[in-house]
Amino acid sequence: MAKGQIVSGVLAPHPPHLVYAENPERNEPKAECGWEVLRWGYERCRRNVLAKKPDVLLVHSPHWQTIVGHHFLGLEKFSGLSVDPIFPHLFRYSYDLTVDVDLSLAIAKEAEKLELTTSIMENPDFRIDYGSITSLHLMNPEWDIPVVVLSSNNSPYYFSNEVGQLEMMKLGEATRSAIEKSGKRCVLLASNSLSHRHFTTECEIPEDMSFEHIDSHGQYLWDMEVLKMMKEGRSQELLDILPEFIDNSAAEVKAGALTWMLSAMGVPSYPAEIHAYGTVIGTGNAIVEWDHEKCGGSY
Amino acid sequence: MEDSIISSAYVVSGQPHILLGADQSPAWASLQKSYDKIRQDIESQEADLILYFSTQWLSVIGYMFQGDPKPCWSHVDHNFHHLGTMHYDFKVDTDLAAAYAKEVTQLGFTTKVVNYRGFPIDTGTIVAQKLLNPDNRLPAAMVSCGLYAEKEETTMIGQAAAWALKSSGKKAIAVLVSNLSNRYEIQKIDPKKDKISSLKDDEWNQKVLEIFERGALEDVAQVARQFAGQANADMGFKGIWWLNGLCGESNDFTGKVYDYQPVWGTGAALVGLKPTKAVQPLSWDHFQSEEGSQAEMVKGIADRSAAAQAVLSSADDVNENFKEPPLVNRDSVNIDSLSKPSGKSKAVESLRCPEPVGAYPHARRHGNLLFLSGMGPRKRGSKEIPGVSLNADGKIIGYDVKVQTRSVIENLKAVLEDAGSSFEKIIDVQVFLTNMEKDFQSFNEVYAETLGKIGPSRTTIEVGSLPTPIAVELKVIAEA
Repeated sequence: MAKGQIVSGVLAPHPPHLVYAENPERNEPKAECGWEVLRWGYERCRRNVLAKKPDVLLVHSPHWQTIVGHHFLGLEKFSGLSVDPIFPHLFRYSYDLTVDVDLSLAIAKEAEKLELTTSIMENPDFRIDYGSITSLHLMNPEWDIPVVVLSSNNSPYYFSNEVGQLEMMKLGEATRSAIEKSGKRCVLLASNSLSHRHFTTECEIPEDMSFEHIDSHGQYLWDMEVLKMMKEGRSQELLDILPEFIDNSAAEVKAGALTWMLSAMGVPSYPAEIHAYGTVIGTGNAIVEWDHEKCGGSY
Repeated sequence: MEDSIISSAYVVSGQPHILLGADQSPAWASLQKSYDKIRQDIESQEADLILYFSTQWLSVIGYMFQGDPKPCWSHVDHNFHHLGTMHYDFKVDTDLAAAYAKEVTQLGFTTKVVNYRGFPIDTGTIVAQKLLNPDNRLPAAMVSCGLYAEKEETTMIGQAAAWALKSSGKKAIAVLVSNLSNRYEIQKIDPKKDKISSLKDDEWNQKVLEIFERGALEDVAQVARQFAGQANADMGFKGIWWLNGLCGESNDFTGKVYDYQPVWGTGAALVGLKPTKAVQPLSWDHFQSEEGSQAEMVKGIADRSAAAQAVLSSADDVNENFKEPPLVNRDSVNIDSLSKPSGKSKAVESLRCPEPVGAYPHARRHGNLLFLSGMGPRKRGSKEIPGVSLNADGKIIGYDVKVQTRSVIENLKAVLEDAGSSFEKIIDVQVFLTNMEKDFQSFNEVYAETLGKIGPSRTTIEVGSLPTPIAVELKVIAEA
């Protein structure tokens, strides 16, 4: 069996607005338009990623938040209706997904070796969080590639950003190790936005783009600084500065997906490609791709 | 109590272990048994509905109200999915939901009455509703918990519920779904050996339960911040502010602690409060005269007011959320585009204003804000105080609060102008009066003619005395 590998890592934020604006059949609400720059960015990234013919998409989303360790979906099939608790008027999505249970269990096993607590979610009534669904849809709307869904352990909220980072670094190592042993070609999706201070009001027409802008200039400056690091391959520096970024711009990467992904990829020192940056109700969102197969070097 | 809008109120834990795991732990079983006692108590009362506020239903854009008349789903908790599935089929009072949303809208908040198939009802509400009202004997109403809301706002959301009940002519059982201490064990545990995860949390929980036992709801609301800070109370224990607002900010209850047990390390209690006086909505003036703390005000501005955000965006040290990124690799950065005022504090002295009576400046600039020290009516270089008549012994024999207030305002103008700002840039005022009953109206007339035209936020407080023989002092914050 060939050594498994991470072929791509993607910062793949999950604003449900993007799915809403795209009008897929699976989503009940319909839109006129909206957030095109981000959606076009996703389309470009999707083309690159799917061209690599991955075997599995792995997603880490902050909206499956767990207290006792790191959880993994552990049944092969899940289907249901995902209704966003904050934006139910935008996102009521019928999903039907296939889980790569073997890889899920393998990552959990590797994580346990690193003394992380893990749990396998085997209740068929479990509803998949809208963050995971959104990122997975935007990366592969056909849903024809098995997935691994990891929960977001809430240690950064419970303890500190630094403790959370350490957990996610270990989880990343465990993920890489399990992938290498699996022989599979994998794509990692870090389902996080960047700055996350958002509006507390909504306009009447959700897709009214005249309403859309960054919540504050400080957030924008932070987002640009962080994107610059990604673009220049300064991942270690980015990880070093992440706690400060989180504190000063309420960044959603606090939930750990980006740290998990960068750790799994061995903290890449090559430039990432920024496909798009845009705001959604005032938050900063970027679609960023690390072509690990091409630039990662170690495989 | 015929004319009360609240029949009784309860604080309950919404942990799924109580509903689904009672056979695994004596503590969880005890809670389920105690829940049943509350259910029986509720069934003995005459009420039109059960009104829920759960700290597990979070909203970030205003407030949400359950608007589906018959929500039905199979729910699995995201954390404790191993406990099993919670099937529910509830009956909701959608008229009350609409009336409540209307009241909250009138307060200026965004509201959403949600009526969507499959809209996720939170674990806490499901647990409480299934244990307290398993047969839908009473319709339920549910409101979300504002994630960013602080004391004043959450209290007002509670009070809005009181007005909605009043206008609907309905009486409610009020249920707050909230843990006490919320420090979970982060490892897998033996449920039989479940215990409160910290001794300090346990002690604090018991202190709070003692206050509950006395029926002193308002007192619990007052210590909520301290409790939250010390024992990591559930969502800052903000739910108690909702309940206190709904129940008229009062201690007029008899309290009963039905149970207190650990659930996965957290403090889970079941508390009942029965009003000893009829609960009625308070007038909104009551709330306007009891504004929140200064810290809340500043945070509120930072969170919500676009206008104030512009002011605060360069006030780095006032709100750290607006700090700019450090200039890593300065060579490649356009320094000018990132440079902002240093934000360091700077004292302001005005030669046109009365000498301070202590070691403090007239004002201090911090970022783009000016914080003025408390200002009275005295005049610089003079022992006479406008609006104050003293006898030979220096005792007050008469005073005119209107004259004093006008003099204070002149002084404020001078400080602000000397600091490069202006009277029109005042954004917040704290007023200290030594005799609220006697002076408030007169003071208020002068205020309306002057500061009232600018429209800053205001807090008015009666104090025992002021440092010099004056009746009024103002403390303001202004844009620099």
